[in-house]
Amino acid sequence: MSLTTTNIRTVDGLAGQRQSASRRVQHVLHTNPWVSPLVILVLSIAIFTIINPAFAQPRAISLLIQQTAVIAALGIGQTLVILTAGIDLSVGAVSILATMLSAVLAQDAGLPGWVAILVGVATGTIGGLFNGFLVSKLKLPPFIGTLGTLSIFTAISLLLSGGRSIQATDLPAEMSAGGERVPIGPLDLNVGVLVVIAMYIVVGYALSQTGWGRHVYAVGDDAEAARLSGIRVNRVLLSVYAVAGLIYGIAAWVLIGRAGAATPNGIVDANLASITAVVIGGTSLFGGRGGIIGTVLGALIIQSFTIGLSLAGVDDQFRVLAVGFLVIFAVAADQWIRKVRS
Amino acid sequence: MTITQAQKGTPVLAAHELRKNFGRVVGLDGVNLELYAGEVLAIIGDNGAGKSTLIKCLTGALVPDSGTLAIDGEVVSFKRPQDAQERGIETVYQTLAMAPALDIASNMFLGRELRQPGVLGSVFRRLDKKEMRRRSFEAVQKLGIQTIQNITQPVETLSGGQRQAVAVARAAEFGSKVIVLDEPTAALGVKESRLVLDAIKALKDRGLPVILISHNMPHVWEVADRIHIQRLGGSAGVITPQSHNMTDGVAIMTGAATL
Repeated sequence: MSLTTTNIRTVDGLAGQRQSASRRVQHVLHTNPWVSPLVILVLSIAIFTIINPAFAQPRAISLLIQQTAVIAALGIGQTLVILTAGIDLSVGAVSILATMLSAVLAQDAGLPGWVAILVGVATGTIGGLFNGFLVSKLKLPPFIGTLGTLSIFTAISLLLSGGRSIQATDLPAEMSAGGERVPIGPLDLNVGVLVVIAMYIVVGYALSQTGWGRHVYAVGDDAEAARLSGIRVNRVLLSVYAVAGLIYGIAAWVLIGRAGAATPNGIVDANLASITAVVIGGTSLFGGRGGIIGTVLGALIIQSFTIGLSLAGVDDQFRVLAVGFLVIFAVAADQWIRKVRS
Repeated sequence: MTITQAQKGTPVLAAHELRKNFGRVVGLDGVNLELYAGEVLAIIGDNGAGKSTLIKCLTGALVPDSGTLAIDGEVVSFKRPQDAQERGIETVYQTLAMAPALDIASNMFLGRELRQPGVLGSVFRRLDKKEMRRRSFEAVQKLGIQTIQNITQPVETLSGGQRQAVAVARAAEFGSKVIVLDEPTAALGVKESRLVLDAIKALKDRGLPVILISHNMPHVWEVADRIHIQRLGGSAGVITPQSHNMTDGVAIMTGAATL
């Protein structure tokens, strides 16, 4: 018996020595999927700073952070959904519905600011619950279910608001409080940014330190295995979509503060932008792998391209071009990393 | 049947007239099964004989259309795998039911994570990762599996035998009544099968009864006390390695002979 053990150990040892450099890189990325987006972010910041030193100034950095906030917030919900091997096309639509319903009620029905904000958050949560119902109870593929709600929620927002934008100046002050400036050191941030950071801390904790987080990963990794392990898969899915909706509701408030208005065509492309951030952040579209640290890095990368390329005086289409290549690179890298499965 | 006679008493687990249909396909056609303390009961049968359906009904993964289950003589019904787990029945499925991207310790405690004591656990729901790692390592060691050194390594980086061993260790850690193993040696080489068979014997030595589903006759004849034969959704009888040899067993299994 001891002989057998020694033999097995020897074989393992040999395999270890034979590991090439690329295998080791693969292993590091496999256990820490946020490493590659971090490297890309650091590189792009370095390159843009060399091209135009203004990029490293507090002004540009503050702008970068402020402009990233909304997509980074929506990206939290999108990450949760993608971790369960789903996808959420209704991110922007839910958020706009929350924005418009709360703004219309505040303006037309004279709802107090705080109540209108709560209505917005509740609207987001209900929208998310509805998505979760479609996916967990009706067993619709997430792509189809949220494609449907994308249309539904967008139409309701337009019908509610009559297609008009409502300026922040016509709304109770609380509703645009997300835009209040908060100077931190040399940086010029705002309340909305701090709320988004808080959401990252709370959801990051829930994902990495609680049983719920483990279950989210397990459901996305292998739903049948999760079920056989006694996890109530439907309940986990429902909770994920509901929490995502709650986050979209809060993001709606951040958006009003950021844009200075509630507008029904504010973030129509948020679904693709958030998916892009998640994917560039190293979260696998096949579920069970990744996390929100990668997502905020992904969102920062996209935004740094926008600011960096405009400071470099380059046509904005080059940003679109670069992001496209980055997405392809990220998904190809994920395919490669997942090959560790023996 | 001599061993059965000697083991008279209340079976740890008893199934009576289990039936399960899938649409018009008959999965189980009134199957009876009894498992006594400290024995290894093997279930053999051809593909489609209802082996998997039978154990899924015993472990709460499927709900039988009719029939009863009893633990220590008390009638029970399982709606979900967790119901069976709560009664001390642990199952190692053929697919192993593990999340490949999660590490060994997370998989050991999947669905029943330990929380930290005090406010951290009750209010903040914080996992006690350290304790889960410690107990996972212990459970793996107890089964004599020495090749696993790092309890935080993702399950997908383990070999087939190591994965199986982790799954058996998980079952042994939580199963207080019955351990069910579905084809534990199917995908394994000789050395790794040995690891699993030794683990089964270790379970038996601890007094835990084991239900073993297997296609591998030499393995069945090596570790089983009694052998339940499934055929075409029904039970074709129960034999022992002493009363019948492998050829007889296969003949009954395929319908070439009857008991």
